Amino acid sequence: MNAAHESLVIRTICRLVAVFTQLFGLYVIMHGHSSPGGGFQGGVILASSFILLAVSDGIGEVQRRFSLKALTILTSAGVFLYAGIGVVCLLLGANFLDYGILPLPEPRSLGMLGIEIGVGVTVMAATVSIFRDLMLFE
Amino acid sequence: MKYLDLIVTGLTGLLLLLGSLGMPETGDPKSPASVHVSPRYIEQSFEETAVPNLVTAILADYRSFDTLGEATVIFTGALAVLLILRTGRDEEKDQGDS
Repeated sequence: MNAAHESLVIRTICRLVAVFTQLFGLYVIMHGHSSPGGGFQGGVILASSFILLAVSDGIGEVQRRFSLKALTILTSAGVFLYAGIGVVCLLLGANFLDYGILPLPEPRSLGMLGIEIGVGVTVMAATVSIFRDLMLFE
Repeated sequence: MKYLDLIVTGLTGLLLLLGSLGMPETGDPKSPASVHVSPRYIEQSFEETAVPNLVTAILADYRSFDTLGEATVIFTGALAVLLILRTGRDEEKDQGDS
């Protein structure tokens, strides 16, 4: 298509950078409860790596990895995971989202990690989905 | 008519400025926001949640329901863009690509 898609340097560098961006995004999500960061920030960093790939290689490259169906399912799955943890607490006899009742070591800390992952998945998939829809809209 | 808009805007701005004079000083330890639940969060959150990050402890534990709403807002935003911009023609093109 345009010059950026044909330049070997841009494509190689963007693919390399995308890997480290994804690693950093996962780090920010997993360490959200012990250092600055969390689901929202990590999700956006993860999404930015896919947007970088879409800009350098074209949106088709991202769609090959991330089908439309997977994007829509992931967007819902994050919120489902979050609310699901709340409902599990409810079923075990505590209040909604009261993680203390979960049968885990350090339940509050791990419950928070669970909802951070849910938020991260939703933010990542929603951002990529919005970017894709805007890019393909004519 | 143009001047009426200007007067209304100016008056509203003046009212907001006057209202902001009644706000407590930044970091005032005796302001209502600092004497209600904040000391409890600062003193107890590590024992209660075993999480060293105070901000996450408040956002994801004490005010978890609020954060669920935030995640739902993001989800609704993506859903709205999907419903407005995504057409059936795109779906066919998408399947052709993959």
